This record gives sequence, C-alpha cells and structure tokens, in this order.
Amino acid sequence: MDEKTIKSPQNIVYQKPRLMNDTPMHYCPGCGHSIVHKLVAEILDEMGIEEKTIGVCPVGCAVFAYRYLDIDWIEAAHGRAPACASALKRLWPEHLVFTYQGDGDLACIGTGETIQTLNRGENITVIFINNAIYGMTGGQMAPTTLMGMKTSTCPYGRQADLHGFPLKISDIAATLEGTCYVTRQAVNTVGNIARAKKAIRQAFENSLQGRGSSLVEIVSTCSAGWKMTPVQSNQWLTENMLPYYPLGDLKNIKD
Amino acid sequence: MARFKGIIEVDTKRCKGCNLCVVACPLKLIELSPLVNRNGYNYAVQTDPEKCNGCSSCGIMCPDGCITVYRTKE
Ligand SMILES: Cc1ncc(C[n+]2csc(CCOP(=O)(O)OP(=O)(O)O)c2C)c(N)n1
Ligand code: SF4
Ligand code: SF4
Ligand code: SF4
Ligand SMILES: [Mg+2]
Repeated sequence: MDEKTIKSPQNIVYQKPRLMNDTPMHYCPGCGHSIVHKLVAEILDEMGIEEKTIGVCPVGCAVFAYRYLDIDWIEAAHGRAPACASALKRLWPEHLVFTYQGDGDLACIGTGETIQTLNRGENITVIFINNAIYGMTGGQMAPTTLMGMKTSTCPYGRQADLHGFPLKISDIAATLEGTCYVTRQAVNTVGNIARAKKAIRQAFENSLQGRGSSLVEIVSTCSAGWKMTPVQSNQWLTENMLPYYPLGDLKNIKD
Repeated sequence: MARFKGIIEVDTKRCKGCNLCVVACPLKLIELSPLVNRNGYNYAVQTDPEKCNGCSSCGIMCPDGCITVYRTKE
C-alpha cells in the first residue's frame, strides 16, 4: 500500500484537536501545560459543549491559554481564578466553568480562594498543574517544591527548617465537604495521559451536573525551571515527584 | 490476521524538537532531524514508515499537536 493511499482523511486516527487553533504555543518544548491544553480541547469537543464553556486563565505560564483554545475565556488576577469562576458559574449556571492554574497561582498566592471556593462546593472544575516550581518567573521555589529540590530561590535545596514542607493541597481539598471529586494525575506517559483525560472529563461532567467542586491535579514538568531536557524531566518526575505526589483518586463521590 | 498499516505526518514548522515522540514510539520509528526549522528546532521525522502500525502513541504524547496519525488495515 502506498503512502498516498494511507494518507487519506478517512484514515486519520489522531490529529491536533479541532478546538486548538494554529497559534504557536509559547510553552517551552515538551511542557506539560501543552499536553493538558490538548486534553481539554479534545474533551470539550467530544462532549460537544464548546459553546457553553468558560475557562478562567491564571497568572503563570498558562496566562495565555486563551490564545490557543477556541472557547470563551476570562483572565483572572494572580490566584483569583476560583473567585472569578465562582461568580461566572453563579451567573451562568448552565455553563461549564473551569479554572486552569499552576501551583504558585493555586497553592500560594491563591490558597485562600482555592480553599474557600472548594469548601463552598462551587460547581466548577479546577485543573491544577503542579510542576513544583514558579515556571513563568524563572524557576523560584513554590509551596509544592520537593524537599532537597534546588530552585533559583533555594539554590542549596529546599530545607524544612527554612522553607517548611511541600504542600499537598489536593489532600487538603479532599477533606472539604464541598468537593465531590479530587484526583491526582500525570501526563508523563501515554497511559497516564489517557487516565488524565478520563479524570478531566469526569470533573467536567460533575460540574455540569452540579455535584460540587472537582479538583484535578496534574503532576507536570517544567524542563526550563528544572534545568533538564523534557525527556529527563519526565524521568525525574517519575522518580521524585510521584513518590511524594502519588497518582489516583483522593475522593470520588458518585451521585 | 489483519495487520494495521500506519504512517505519521509531522508539522515540522510547529515542532519544537522536544524528543518526547521519539521516546514514546514503541517501535522507535521517529528521530530528530539534523536540520532545523525556522525556530531553530531539530524537528521530528519518521525513519521507517513501513513499520508504523498507527498506534498513535507519538501523537498523543506530542505536546504541541504536531503529529497526524493515519491508520488503515493492510
Ligand atoms: C500579584 C502578583 N504577584 C506576583 C506575580 C509574579 N508571578 C507571575 S507568575 C508567578 C508564579 C507562577 O507560578 P505557577 O503558578 O506555578 O505557574 P507556572 O508558570 O509554573 O505554570 C508569579 C509569582 C504577579 N504576576 N502578580
Ligand atoms: S517555564 Fe516551565 S512551565 Fe513555563 S512553559 Fe517553560 S517548561 Fe512550561
Ligand atoms: S503511530 Fe505508533 S508506531 Fe507509528 S510512529 Fe507513532 S508511535 Fe510509532
Ligand atoms: S513530540 Fe511533537 S514537538 Fe516534540 S519532537 Fe515530537 S513532533 Fe516535535
Ligand atoms: Mg508552577
């Protein structure tokens, strides 16, 4: 069979999602943000809800997410995405409203908004990209930075007496009455990408059905901040991040 | 037994040479070109299209959505 015959449109089994436009993404090569963007685009297309979806962008590397996915977006001030999303969901109760936030945004500057929003059980989805660092601003320590991990503001590695312990915000979220679904996923392998997609879809369905707040943490890489290649970063994630941030559901209340 | 025949197409302009598809391909059919695109990235190329079964691992892994995968029965 020749190349031309195989390369006909009806044989396409995978391609860039329809809702992801051709604007080149500013993310570094291999960045986990890009993979999660693709998943969100695929899920919204499969659910057929692009017209009734509003995403809330964070401050952090994903600040420009609105450039890449052709849905409605709003940009929130640093850490305030859950507050914005709460208002949007109350004003547009039929819409799917989700936030997309990094660990600095969600677990540091916006900890208050995160906890209070989830505790109120707002019917939104929070997508939380945990790369254990402030990627956008040049790789400073985040609340999620692992013990001993070196960043530009802890060049000798994170120490408990100086910096405290890495914050497991999803574990806290799982204890709140307002959350119906809290899960930790990763996008470092093809299998994990498939599981992460399923989790985000479930969270979106929860939000549409008004079951309470859903939080999907994605343990992700920041090759620029970690000063590794993307392939090394995925390996480092497997060896160092996953033992501390184990994957799986922390809470899943069905109906 | 029907065997799947696949092939991939890489958007070499969009590719960032991250190497993740190279590692994701179970059959090791992708490598980075010694040539670079206009952004200076060594883009991905399929080395042995005859062996590709269209499993889509490379496409699913590519962060930038640069890979289109075609699959048909032989
Ligand atoms: C009020 C305010 N404080 C600080 C900053 C600087 N700032 C921009 S992004 C960022 C951290 C982003 O880290 P994270 O949320 O983990 O996102 P990542 O880039 O890692 O995805 C900080 C501190 C800001 N823009 N606004
Ligand atoms: S700095 Fe880190 S989080 Fe930001 S785009 Fe680059 S790899 Fe991704
Ligand atoms: S479709 Fe599968 S076999 Fe073909 S190049 Fe991609 S990963 Fe390799
Ligand atoms: S995964 Fe995508 S961006 Fe990375 S090298 Fe392969 S085709 Fe290029
Ligand atoms: Mg971060």
